[in-house]
Amino acid sequence: MDDIPKSAANYPPGHPTQADISAEIADIAKNKPTSSDPNWGAHRTLVDYPPYRSSILRHPSANLELVDPETIELASPAFGDRDVHWTEFDLTQQVNGEPQGERIIVTGKLMDADGRPVAGQLLEIWQANAGGRYRQKKERHPAPLDPNFNGVGRVLTGADGEYKFVTIKPGAYPWPNHVNAWRPAHIHFSVFGSQFTQRIVTQMYFPGDQLMPLDPIFQSITSAKGQKSLIADYDHDVTVPNWALGYRWDIVLNGSNRTWRASEDGPEEDE
Amino acid sequence: MSTAKANLYPTADQTVGPYYAIGMAYPLSEEIVPAGSVGSIVLSGYLYDGDGAPVPDGVVEIWQTDADGNVPRESGGLVRKPETFSGFGRSGSDDEGRWGFTTLLPAPTEPGKPAFFAVTVFARGLLSRLHTRIYVPSPATDADPFLSGLSPERRATLIATEVVGGLRHDIHLQGEKETVFLAFN
Repeated sequence: MDDIPKSAANYPPGHPTQADISAEIADIAKNKPTSSDPNWGAHRTLVDYPPYRSSILRHPSANLELVDPETIELASPAFGDRDVHWTEFDLTQQVNGEPQGERIIVTGKLMDADGRPVAGQLLEIWQANAGGRYRQKKERHPAPLDPNFNGVGRVLTGADGEYKFVTIKPGAYPWPNHVNAWRPAHIHFSVFGSQFTQRIVTQMYFPGDQLMPLDPIFQSITSAKGQKSLIADYDHDVTVPNWALGYRWDIVLNGSNRTWRASEDGPEEDE
Repeated sequence: MSTAKANLYPTADQTVGPYYAIGMAYPLSEEIVPAGSVGSIVLSGYLYDGDGAPVPDGVVEIWQTDADGNVPRESGGLVRKPETFSGFGRSGSDDEGRWGFTTLLPAPTEPGKPAFFAVTVFARGLLSRLHTRIYVPSPATDADPFLSGLSPERRATLIATEVVGGLRHDIHLQGEKETVFLAFN
């Protein structure tokens, strides 16, 4: 056991295993829950999701109050060229040299639920490096920092709602939720729409990642369509010869939690 | 809903996670107007979990009108420019759960309505962003149909308290003092 870093063995007694967490995930999925709160749409992430232990004390117990959005909420901050430098889309060119890892392109469109492009809005991303390490003081994962990778990018969406980032594929990342817990590779996205009611922060995942079924954060979305909404497609047309693999991921905003109803989604809600 | 051609599935929410600051922190994010500038106020409070313990890794965002009730159309939400008002600010919560902004008092967008800050809350452990409002205390809050439809205890979680130099407002993610969070029609 000498070759295992100390931090990996430092679980408290009785800490849940992956088998425990997976059983909880399966149990919740079997009941096909939506939220008990009618104001969360059927597609929403469950905020009360005990397999993700940190959610237990950090979600509201009362139902959301349904309100008409007011004037300020129907608008959103006017981020502009002043706020985002055009080079911030490229996470591989922010330091002196090139980061280690597999260079990738992540591109897609920001749209509303009717498929209309949402132009001129701010996307902010952050991610671990190729070794699964985040550049932050409190981070303890004993993977190397990459002096050439900060893991931060920003863009404003273009006229057709399109965006593009150049980055490196993030590594899987261990975390303390349970014994031997690993987050699937993911890129954090913070997104503004044309209305403040459309504000969303989420995570983009990569197709075929075997850690997704084991991950209580990803599994907090119980509908198949909801899960699919977070997984990028590998797109060979985006891939650039001799340079980078390409992924496509569109982001669809919701005007509100309520305008989307499962019944409008047709009969194939989940499967 | 209208007869839209596409009815696309909205992208699902996920938590900001523990390292949001890597991507979401930026200089002067809490200073919508420069600290100490004429007319500025401090809006601040604490973020608590269901046990009443501070949430040290949350994010509070505010979006507001200017002092005349206009919706800001100026850039500068990320890269500040003292002479214009972007109306947007972001504050991480510290080890005691404290967050805060230097800003202007918002004003009503329509006469007679109570003024408020539109607010989104994020945190590690919180799987989806939450919307809420922080109302500026005024007689107009009594006449507001939404606010008067809430119980006095619930209503109180949406109205700030006047303090020297500005407003104080705590946010409780859960529990007896749980803040009212919103879904929109």
